[in-house]
Amino acid sequence: MSAREKFGLALIAVALIALPFVLAAAGTAWVRITNFAVLFVLLSLGLNIVVGFAGLLDLGYVAFYAVGAYVYALLASPHFGLHLPFWVILPIGAAVACIAGVILGAPTLRLRGDYLAIVTLGFGEIVRIFMNNLSSPVNLTNGPKGINRIDSFQVGPINFAGSDTLAGLVFSGPIKYYYFLMLVLLAVIVINRRLQDSRIGRAWVAIREDEIAAKASGINTRNIKLLAFAMGASFGGIAGGMFAAMQTFVSPESFVLNESIMVLAMVVLGGMGNIWGVIAGAVLLSFVPELLRYTVEPAQMAVFGKLLIDPEVLRMLVFGLALVLTMRFRPAGLWPETRHRREMNENRA
Amino acid sequence: MNEVLLEARAIDKRFGGVQALKDVSLTIRSGEIYGLIGPNGAGKTTLFNVFTGLYPRDGGEVLFCGMPLRLESPHQVAAAGIARTFQNIRLFGNMTALENVMVGRHVRTQAGVFGAMLRTRAERAEEAAIRRRADELLYYVGIADRADDLARHLSYGDQRRLEIARALATDPKLLALDEPAAGMNATETAALRALIEGLRRDGLTVLLIEHDVKLVLGLCDRVAVLDYGEKIAEDVPESVRANPKVIEAYLGASH
Repeated sequence: MSAREKFGLALIAVALIALPFVLAAAGTAWVRITNFAVLFVLLSLGLNIVVGFAGLLDLGYVAFYAVGAYVYALLASPHFGLHLPFWVILPIGAAVACIAGVILGAPTLRLRGDYLAIVTLGFGEIVRIFMNNLSSPVNLTNGPKGINRIDSFQVGPINFAGSDTLAGLVFSGPIKYYYFLMLVLLAVIVINRRLQDSRIGRAWVAIREDEIAAKASGINTRNIKLLAFAMGASFGGIAGGMFAAMQTFVSPESFVLNESIMVLAMVVLGGMGNIWGVIAGAVLLSFVPELLRYTVEPAQMAVFGKLLIDPEVLRMLVFGLALVLTMRFRPAGLWPETRHRREMNENRA
Repeated sequence: MNEVLLEARAIDKRFGGVQALKDVSLTIRSGEIYGLIGPNGAGKTTLFNVFTGLYPRDGGEVLFCGMPLRLESPHQVAAAGIARTFQNIRLFGNMTALENVMVGRHVRTQAGVFGAMLRTRAERAEEAAIRRRADELLYYVGIADRADDLARHLSYGDQRRLEIARALATDPKLLALDEPAAGMNATETAALRALIEGLRRDGLTVLLIEHDVKLVLGLCDRVAVLDYGEKIAEDVPESVRANPKVIEAYLGASH
């Protein structure tokens, strides 16, 4: 890494550390929006392993997010009266999601492309419908009413629900979550990069490029594909647990097909397979709709004096348009994957 | 006489009503170049795909190094020591030439997810060894200068070489080449021939399917001829060339 790159990284790090306080000045809502953007970055990076690296089109990814969220909700809420600490639950959530990933992966091993997409889509819906209906005979998920009063993170005396003041700075709940999310994100990025340049990562890409040649080259495609599903699902499970803690409420409504499509769009828009591209795609698609929400309404009021187009409608319109334009002009994404040995060597040194 | 490396016994393969292979037996000895020829549709590639686990067989068995070969899955065949190339080149197009060869090392290495995530000492050492071996193999087949280029950007002849390098990366005892000279001009074919002769010199056993009869008869130690899924000859090239059944299969009965 050159001195210039180090300086650049340090600058980014300082900016990311200072960011929540700048945002808090504009309103705590913006910190929350940023947190959700980071959550979506986590989800996109998880899905990127399945879709970007291994080339398995997964339309039901939100199921693992849901599994992680419900595991957290059940183990840290009055629903069962369990209140385990978050650092116990998050790994459990990741493990349960991982198992769910294998359960989805196993029957779909022979499928590719459209067929795989349909089965995974169905899986996502099945999980959501389970959450919706597992309220009787044993009330496991509390049905469509969802589970509320979920515990926030608690580290020693610090509770992530309230504010703390340190050295004259007010650390609100969302700011604390922001820093925690950043730590998780850092870990996930490091893991992703390492996997990408490893024996397993190469096997994933080989399967994406040509499954028969991969088999003939000695790759046990069954195990390696299951591994991709399992790894992607684990990341989804961790993101889900964080979601439950931040919201303190989960219900099946949060895990609809639209969410899967949204995460997939982030991966595709950013550039499948490229970690930085996927992050850029997730940040972009998380913030643009929010920016619209905050600008379209005042703009219309100023120009027409009344609200002609609901921001929510416009949001989906812009979203769709962005995807169509990307597919037309940059089919490999905004920041496509480039495989080059020199870069890899530098990263390894 | 060298020891037997691969022995196929009474291989049968049907596609619906079509008998693609009928009672095919053959013996490949260690260190030889064994040619497999026959008119179009004779079953050469089918036999290849049965040997390498891509097609399930309907009868017969294959012994490799004296042990029954498990043919359920291609990766088991690769692990046992049979590597192959494809008639229509199948590379990992969006990976570099070097990475393509590194994939071939997969079956001989074992780093898993956790080793990669933690980047343990063992994983780093293994990764360095994979890279070194891949570099050597690219040099061996003569495309070391293209190591960083994407496989799909290589010329046709270089892609063939890269596919051989990837196959060699699995440390095979038997290298099976499916029409390696297809679509090559005379110069490229001559270079390929030199490469295959080099492989034999280095002690590898080669199974060669080829349309270019001149290449096969000039290069191989022994040749089998398939016609309509049946073996009609298996001998040294000179005898095969003179065999009336072979001449009939290629040129028709009137000759």
